[in-house]
Amino acid sequence: MACNSSGCESGGCYGREKDNGCKVVDVKETVRLCVKCKSNEPMTFGDGGSDDGRFCAECFRSNVYGKFRLAVTSHAMITPSDNVLVAFSGGSSSRVALQFVHELQVKALKNYEASRDRSLPVFGVGVAFVDESAAYPSLSGGMSDAIAWVRSTVLSLSPPEKDLHVVPIESVFGSDSVEARDRLVKLLDSVSDETGKEDLLLHLKMLSLQKVASENGYNRLVVGSCTSRLASHVLTATVKGRGYSLSADIQHVDARWKVPIVLPLRDCVWQEITRLCHLDGLKTVELARHPQSGINDLVSSFVALLQEENPSRECTIVRTAAKLTPFYFNKIPETDDSCVPMATQRRLKKFNLKYDGSMTTEAFCPICNGPLNGSDSSEDESDALYDACCSSCRFQILPQEPSSLDHFGSLLPHHMISQVKHHQKFDSQTYLREKIKDCLLLDDEEAV
Amino acid sequence: MEASEGKSKKQGASRLCCLCNQRRPVLKRPKTLQQICKECFYEVFEEEIHQVIVKNHLFKSGERVAIGASGGKDSTVLAYVLSELNRRHSYGLDLFLLSIDEGITGYRDDSLETVKRNELQYGLPLQILSYKDLYGWTMDDIVKMIGLKNNCTFCGVFRRQALDRGAALLKVDKLVTGHNADDIAETVLLNILRGDIARLSRCTSITTGEDGPIPRCKPFKYTYEKEIVIYPSLLNHFLVLSLTSIVFFFHTYAYFKKLDYFSTECIYSPNAYRGFAREFIKDLERLRPRAILDIIKSGEDFRIATTTKMPEQGTCERCGYISSQKWCKACVLLDGLNRGLPKMGIGRARGGVNGDHQKETKKPASAARSLESKQCGSLDF
Repeated sequence: MACNSSGCESGGCYGREKDNGCKVVDVKETVRLCVKCKSNEPMTFGDGGSDDGRFCAECFRSNVYGKFRLAVTSHAMITPSDNVLVAFSGGSSSRVALQFVHELQVKALKNYEASRDRSLPVFGVGVAFVDESAAYPSLSGGMSDAIAWVRSTVLSLSPPEKDLHVVPIESVFGSDSVEARDRLVKLLDSVSDETGKEDLLLHLKMLSLQKVASENGYNRLVVGSCTSRLASHVLTATVKGRGYSLSADIQHVDARWKVPIVLPLRDCVWQEITRLCHLDGLKTVELARHPQSGINDLVSSFVALLQEENPSRECTIVRTAAKLTPFYFNKIPETDDSCVPMATQRRLKKFNLKYDGSMTTEAFCPICNGPLNGSDSSEDESDALYDACCSSCRFQILPQEPSSLDHFGSLLPHHMISQVKHHQKFDSQTYLREKIKDCLLLDDEEAV
Repeated sequence: MEASEGKSKKQGASRLCCLCNQRRPVLKRPKTLQQICKECFYEVFEEEIHQVIVKNHLFKSGERVAIGASGGKDSTVLAYVLSELNRRHSYGLDLFLLSIDEGITGYRDDSLETVKRNELQYGLPLQILSYKDLYGWTMDDIVKMIGLKNNCTFCGVFRRQALDRGAALLKVDKLVTGHNADDIAETVLLNILRGDIARLSRCTSITTGEDGPIPRCKPFKYTYEKEIVIYPSLLNHFLVLSLTSIVFFFHTYAYFKKLDYFSTECIYSPNAYRGFAREFIKDLERLRPRAILDIIKSGEDFRIATTTKMPEQGTCERCGYISSQKWCKACVLLDGLNRGLPKMGIGRARGGVNGDHQKETKKPASAARSLESKQCGSLDF
């Protein structure tokens, strides 16, 4: 800016022209101010990350919270009549998600109490914690302490009060805990691939969250996945041959499920989240993290390596994946709007934030719930479960010997198996035109 | 899957080849981990490539096809396999070898010797084009000027054009390159990491540039690099072909014996960004061999709107080559080199030829004066 060499644009000095006596004086060197509000002293976190010492505490915080709020409003994630369940693992990301949702709720309550006509109700918030000790026995030692801590944390976040649901992962099999545990262990033992085992557990975890959400009247599930987590997911999905379904997993809204999943922290990076926890004194509990092995672990290390080389790599990865075409269900579905306030209804319609929930053009894999690509269909219709699954689940989760498929199917939770029967019916109707030569019409079911 | 393979390993001596059940297995196939004998390996290796060629309709009978021959393992095996399949299955192709000399001392010299030997061996006509002839600069000269950070950009851009120009000179209908599954998987990953969605949609196509001057295809799209390395080292009839091939055999066998997967690395490559992705894929292959094909599958399946695919195709104002900008990339880079501004054309276009028309109209005379080398368009076609 103070450059006096002719033809030199600020910020565009080439090496040679600089030698001609171009002097750039940095005024900010002496007094450091927050680059945003230019009035407070910037915070230094000293964690060796980027952007350290640029923003003051307030601006930093409002920046992160602002991203959260923008995501919530622009995707209609939480509206006044909703009942929201926050998936809480005790880690930093879900802790921040819980905190922000709580603050949103507090504000809504304040507005409600201050308004005369009380037209906009306050959305409800519940918290769910999944207990994975049946799958990872090493966790069982610290589990009761962890649960106690979670309970006290949730208690501290009131008013408004929030229900806490501690969900054992084996609950997907039923309420009899002993039998359920047993079945879980048997199921996991029959998966030989390490990565497949880890992924199956993730799918079961989601199923258990869905179960507790729908059984307790929640209509939204908040998941605290941040940009960094999604960047790893992009690469693991690519590496497992799941390129078709990738765009479904990384959007702000995922309404494939009975209870739609929303990702309000999708645009925040891990560094921001840990810094915020540090800043606000948000405590987290890191359960002796079950060691990731196999492909998921390899990808995490790879992404960490890339981040060292370039701190904005995670954002670039997610931005690239965001350019992939999302699915119709990556929007909040249209449902019976009788209890939704008029103002909200109008707003949702205006910005086209919903889709017609009755329209289903995709078939889904019963295990991972990923939308199926035409190329995934197998040549021979030997086994219903095998046919119904995507190629990735077929390889890493299903047993390789065809004779073991039946037994494996019997070990899966009811919800997954019921999808198989649904898929069969769906398949013969909708994909008929494409597979007209190969498709065996078993019997003439209801013609559509 | 891996568990049962482990079991069979222990029973080693008593096992027979998985495919023919007659001969003793000599290797574990990198792609599938099957234990197979030498003969079955050749057969399945060659047959898979034949199937890829047939299923993807890569060639038509009577076409003149140039094989981009670098002298490295991929193009050498490609030349051999293609001429063999052409004969065996009567593709009816007119095959040529086309090689580019980048002018990298100590690297390309050895490779070119291999290519010349290939010509002798397979009776395929050979054309060599050098960067010096085409652009007036060798890679050694370029690196001396710009250092080791962006040299791969220069080499890649120049090589691509050089192959096209060479192919046009020879009046060929199609160009064939030895890009293997590992290369394509790497490219998919790199495009994700760099945010290049347009390239991401194109990079898994087995044939590219169908609407351009010379379409090019990659018959090795599903072939593992490890298998390409193994193939010639087992082949005995290379020895039978001619005396010169003995040298070739040891040349390739030596690479294999080194057991260093990347012993054919360009001497300037250590700083290339591609190295990150390559290491990762190497580790991935160890864990799950099929992951390489899975990456390619993901690349093919990505939901990318067709509108993002092709930028508008025009011609370069300076040399007439195909280009989506005012000047083709090679002209931009060359211009930068000749004017002593090596950063020109590297990174995002801010100003410069293609971004700012006005700057160029100010001094067209000096631009012409400062060109020390022949313009890219000096070769008529």
